[in-house]
Amino acid sequence: MNLYRKRRLINGLNLTLSMVAMAFGLFWLGWILWTLIDKGLTSISLDVFTKMTPAPGSSGGLLNAMAGSIAMTLAGVVIGTPVGVLAGTYLAEYGQKGWLAPATRFINDILLSAPSIVIGLFVYEVYVASTHHFSGWAGAFALALIVIPVVVRTTENMLKLVPNGLREAAAALGAPQWKVIVLVTLRASKAGIVTGILLALSRISGETAPLLFTALNNSFWNANMNAPMANLPVVIFQFAMSPYDDWHKLAWAGALLITFGVLGLNILTRLVFRSKTTLH
Amino acid sequence: MTKLKTTESREKFQAFLDLAFKLTTRFFAFAVLALLAGIIIELFIGAMPSIKAFGWKFFTSTDWNPVEVKFGSVIQVYGTLVTSLIALLIGIPVSFGIALYLTELSPKWLKRPLGIAIELLAGIPSIIYGMWGLFVFAPHLADHFQPWLIDHLGPIPGIGMLFQGAPMGIGMLTAGIILGIMIIPFIASVMRDVFEIVPPTLKESAYAVGCTTWEVVWNVVLPYTKIGVVGGIMLGLGRALGETMAVTFVIGNAQNFSFSLLDPGSSIASTLANEFNEAFGDVYTSALIELGLIMFVITFIVLALSKLLLFQLGKREGEKT
Repeated sequence: MNLYRKRRLINGLNLTLSMVAMAFGLFWLGWILWTLIDKGLTSISLDVFTKMTPAPGSSGGLLNAMAGSIAMTLAGVVIGTPVGVLAGTYLAEYGQKGWLAPATRFINDILLSAPSIVIGLFVYEVYVASTHHFSGWAGAFALALIVIPVVVRTTENMLKLVPNGLREAAAALGAPQWKVIVLVTLRASKAGIVTGILLALSRISGETAPLLFTALNNSFWNANMNAPMANLPVVIFQFAMSPYDDWHKLAWAGALLITFGVLGLNILTRLVFRSKTTLH
Repeated sequence: MTKLKTTESREKFQAFLDLAFKLTTRFFAFAVLALLAGIIIELFIGAMPSIKAFGWKFFTSTDWNPVEVKFGSVIQVYGTLVTSLIALLIGIPVSFGIALYLTELSPKWLKRPLGIAIELLAGIPSIIYGMWGLFVFAPHLADHFQPWLIDHLGPIPGIGMLFQGAPMGIGMLTAGIILGIMIIPFIASVMRDVFEIVPPTLKESAYAVGCTTWEVVWNVVLPYTKIGVVGGIMLGLGRALGETMAVTFVIGNAQNFSFSLLDPGSSIASTLANEFNEAFGDVYTSALIELGLIMFVITFIVLALSKLLLFQLGKREGEKT
């Protein structure tokens, strides 16, 4: 009887603790989002979208930073996606034998979680140091290097979900393998691959560390990818670390925009595609 | 006759395209591999001046003096390891609780929304964690939590050493707590995934002999999935070791050595983020790159272990079915 009650008690206690843990996790999410809404909404005005980043003490917005962020993220996705899709295709379609596929799969999974600041250092060493100036392109390359492992992983997972019967049917009709892959399997997993690209996009939209040493920052409007380029994360970093109140306000506005942009993209991809890919 | 010839040449052409396609995809798969090798080689070359100047002393010296050009990695490595350790102390039990809740307790309709909510914690950019930590969380800690720590744990001999100093809010403890929150979604999602592969019959037989839910989880699910659970923890550790922006905001960025968790310190990543662009002279820059190399090698080993463990679990799973 005593033992029985003790077991029930332990069970009840631990299950309650598990609920507390769940609440603990949600609590931080709620607190952070609430802070962003609380501090961000009051800082957002039309100026944020129409004016350039200001000097301390004057009014301004984040227009150049947003434009730079969009330009570099898009360039990063455009550069990274083809590499990722082709490498993922190799892993899924040709990767049954040989050493290359398992090795690449292993390394890719590590790159997926590798510290992004190291990617920034790497691009600095190979690109910025040799061209002797920070540039939007360097930032875009750094972001592309983060996109690649995400796209490789989703592409491979999605291609593996395509039933072999489809491949065999196409092959039986006499289609060469490249046609089977391009016209049948890749096409069948199009939605999944798009999910991967969107996830990669949401991943790099908030990345700050790799841009610090590559794109740097720029207080002015700049459409030249060969020059240092303003971008939201680095501007937020600089403004938040500064002692000026009006810069803090702009940083909160930027933080709100970036977080809800990223989380919105995240939720949208999950709801629309209901993918079974896990990225960790 | 001509017709036959065209089919033949067409077949040859297609065979050529096949090979070309295969080689192209192979090239890009190889490129991913080369990328990693490139990162390590490039960092090594960049770190060379510092390796030549300091040798093994780099690992044992607490110097970080740009003016006298004397550098060592102890402060930063200590900061990195301590913050990650605090993160694990918070992250592991909480993630386990969350995974347990999601797999065993949650009503079916809540599973997905709750799962997504926890995963959203991973979606919040790290710079946001940093900003929130600096402006909102650190002042709270300084006002309520840290004075208590100093009063109650400070006087205890031994561990009291860790809780000395003024309640400033920022410091290694704050950085560790925020890292802990950040790695929860990664560990929790791996744990949830591995808990779900436990064969239902195994759990049902335990329930049938009268086990409570907790006993099933502790004595059946956990032993069955322990490799995967450790793999998930390693993954979280890998994330924590390399996290940059959140830590940079709240760790205080002080380049002097102190055991106390309440004192400002610095991690490898925060040092890089703060100092790399302002570094002057070859040796300074290269010492920073050597720090980056050290961090990359450590995270690589941790993540590789994590992958191997998870792979082992998957393989065992494969043999059974």
